[in-house]
Amino acid sequence: MAVGVILAALVVGSVIFSLLSPWWFTPLASNWGTIDDTLIITFVITGAVFAVLMLFMAYAVARFRHRDGARADYEPENRRLELWLTGATSVGIAAMLAPGLIVWNDFIRVPEGASTVEALGQQWSWSFRFPGADGVLGTADTSRITAENPFGLDPDDPRGRDDVLVSGGELHLPAGTPVKVVLRSTDVLHNFYVPQFRAKMDLVPGMVSYFWFTPEKTGTYEILCAELCGVGHSLMRGTVVVEDEGTFRPWLEQNPTFAQSLGRRPEQDVAEIRDEVQGEGGAEP
Amino acid sequence: MAQTAFVDEGLDHEHGHEPQGFIAKYIWSQDHKVIAIQYTLTAIAVGLLALVMSWLMRMQIGFPGSLEMVDQERYYQFVTMHGMIMVIYLLTALFLGGFGNYLIPLMIGARDMVFPYVNMLSYWTYLLSVLVLVASFFVPGGPTGAGWTLYPPQAILPGTPGRDWGIILMLVSLVIFVAAFTMGGLNYITTVLQARTRGMTMMRLPLTVWGIFVATVLGLLAFPALFVSGVMMLLDRLLGTSFFMPAVLSQGEMLEYSGGSPLLFQHLFWFFGHPEVYIVALPGFGIVSDLISTHARKNIFGYRMMVWAILAIGGLSFVVWAHHMYVSGMNPYFGFFFAFTTLIIAIPTAIKVYNWVLTLWRGDIHLTVPMLFSLAFILTFVAGGMSGLFLGNVVVDVPLSDTYFVVAHFHMVMGVAPILVIFGGLYHWYPKVTGRMLNDTLGKIHFWITFLGTYAIFFPMHYLGFVGIPRRYFEFEGIAFIPDSAHLLNEWITIAALVVGAAQFLFLFNLAWSAVRGRPSGANPWRSTTLEWQTPETPPGHGNWGARLPIVYRWAYDFSVPGAAEDYIPQNRPPERDAPGLHGSLRAEGAAP
Repeated sequence: MAVGVILAALVVGSVIFSLLSPWWFTPLASNWGTIDDTLIITFVITGAVFAVLMLFMAYAVARFRHRDGARADYEPENRRLELWLTGATSVGIAAMLAPGLIVWNDFIRVPEGASTVEALGQQWSWSFRFPGADGVLGTADTSRITAENPFGLDPDDPRGRDDVLVSGGELHLPAGTPVKVVLRSTDVLHNFYVPQFRAKMDLVPGMVSYFWFTPEKTGTYEILCAELCGVGHSLMRGTVVVEDEGTFRPWLEQNPTFAQSLGRRPEQDVAEIRDEVQGEGGAEP
Repeated sequence: MAQTAFVDEGLDHEHGHEPQGFIAKYIWSQDHKVIAIQYTLTAIAVGLLALVMSWLMRMQIGFPGSLEMVDQERYYQFVTMHGMIMVIYLLTALFLGGFGNYLIPLMIGARDMVFPYVNMLSYWTYLLSVLVLVASFFVPGGPTGAGWTLYPPQAILPGTPGRDWGIILMLVSLVIFVAAFTMGGLNYITTVLQARTRGMTMMRLPLTVWGIFVATVLGLLAFPALFVSGVMMLLDRLLGTSFFMPAVLSQGEMLEYSGGSPLLFQHLFWFFGHPEVYIVALPGFGIVSDLISTHARKNIFGYRMMVWAILAIGGLSFVVWAHHMYVSGMNPYFGFFFAFTTLIIAIPTAIKVYNWVLTLWRGDIHLTVPMLFSLAFILTFVAGGMSGLFLGNVVVDVPLSDTYFVVAHFHMVMGVAPILVIFGGLYHWYPKVTGRMLNDTLGKIHFWITFLGTYAIFFPMHYLGFVGIPRRYFEFEGIAFIPDSAHLLNEWITIAALVVGAAQFLFLFNLAWSAVRGRPSGANPWRSTTLEWQTPETPPGHGNWGARLPIVYRWAYDFSVPGAAEDYIPQNRPPERDAPGLHGSLRAEGAAP
């Protein structure tokens, strides 16, 4: 009896814990309410199944505990019951999977008109790059990185010259505009993670990954690294400030373009920039 | 070929001479029972290391800075070594090398493994892999701190602890382990297929054997992926090849690597790593089925469905690996496929759970220590399985991946749940191994602390994941979104972890004490049906069966058969003329000598 009661108490306790828990999601600050919804659907279905199944077990343990002279039933199979349970389980699985896949389909398709920002990770800091007036990020490569060219931009690529470079780990984004975050790492795996946005993705050296979201609530949020990246992993922090377009623009303009960062006026020609970069040495592997 | 085992009715040349002397009998032994004990004790010993490291980690998480020795480097080294030891060197080795070795020949009515010498070699090779692993604590820079997943480029670059020597020893140890597993695994499979005694058809095998058998097949197919990724990373580290290494800048310096793919490693690792989950789970499923049936005095419900579910899970486990990589940056279209396969695998898994619970229904449940651990396993496994449905469903995984939700999930489902089965199994079969019972009172104390304690650790931990707290963090200093109450919860979890860890020493004491002082058990203390309980001697002697091999007449679950005098009928008891029951029909096969 005691064992059945303890098992049942554990299940009931778990349900109460879930209802009263002060530990719950941070307030959502992006468009990904649908992710939260899918999660809640999963939570309700799995929670209900867990509770019912385990209370049934607790009852069985209490009800059919050994008594002198008692004898167990002999029932090797019950095909009807087994098929029925398999069917019901499949329905439950479908009810969780279907919304999940629908939301995933949104998650991987960047909407038309999304702006682009690059997050560049390195042990153990963040920097960012906006595409500038042309709206296109210039090509970049880890092997071109030097002290003067920390993003490894290609000086031959005119699309990169107006790219706005943000160092210091603080990113600003305008509220309400979908943003495609392009991710690059110079050394090891990292992960761009802002809990309030829900979305996250790894940065992988040697390739470019991406995800998108729409920052919807103005405010200041922490950027964390969520993929183990060495001893400084837990210190790899950044900040993202979501603000109105009117505050965002002036902030963006404070940051130098690639051309400016090389101490050149924008109109200087591409060849000069290249000479300067290569003159510093170490540009070619 | 299945007949080979009967050739040696009466002792043949191979088994005629029992090895003499302590060394031949207990050290360089080719007897599967001795090898099983060697595997088990080695796994427990190295597991204690992992236990102590989990304590040290939890101290840092619950009470940051309280232990001076746990600095950032050591913290990540403990994280890594704890994970690797538990998954590979403890769980895999104990289930297959320990339980597999001991139970396969006894349960199928064989005198030993088919290749006893290779079996012995398997253990010594395993021991070598453990020694190489442990050696990494003593080299300059210490063991690797790359996380048990050993993801490159991080694993072999400066900035990660143990980058100089630790990672090399880790990879060498894994490669040796795979060799050891292969020798053992080929043996288990061949033995199950070739050495079953007369009448022991595949569909009469106890589910323990089914679980171990299919897990071994998975291992033989999955471990090669770990082997090649280990070799390739060694080459990247030692010879400067670029299998997994793109052009990277390390500490301001451009390295010579170029063109390799970190994602390739992840695919190879999880192609091994996901089946590995089931390499640990399936033997657990099998063992717990037999424990529940025996101690509830009732046949396992839906035996055939249980066998098919094991096979289905085994097959599906090879097409779900990339659910570990939803936010890895791989092609996001993979997400559709892997979410689908991952949630499908929940169906055969759910069937197993239903059938365990339905076995209890209308049973005659003896709340012995093995039964208690089985019940605890079901509850823990179901809780962990449910959280798996979050993480498997690709888009739900996005906010939760790399948070404490993941830590809670995998500890419940493949940490605590399998270990509860291991405890249940050890309490259950200890009498057969030693001839003595484990102390029941100590067992119950150990059970309640372990079960309730681990639940207290890992159930609330899911909620830290909901908050969004990232895993593998040395400290949470200055992270504003984490509420103070979360730190309180972390203190609570640490205290629970210390208590649960301490309770394991009670168990070790029980193991040692009962071997000498335990109540003599007799041959079949649980009144069980399977063959290992029907040996002429307890513990079974060399060759297991004395002069004649047992002959099997029925399935493994003839408990409480209506009309039978006792509430169990051993598999080797010949049918009476009027024996009823559905599986009486199986008599036809194999009954006629």
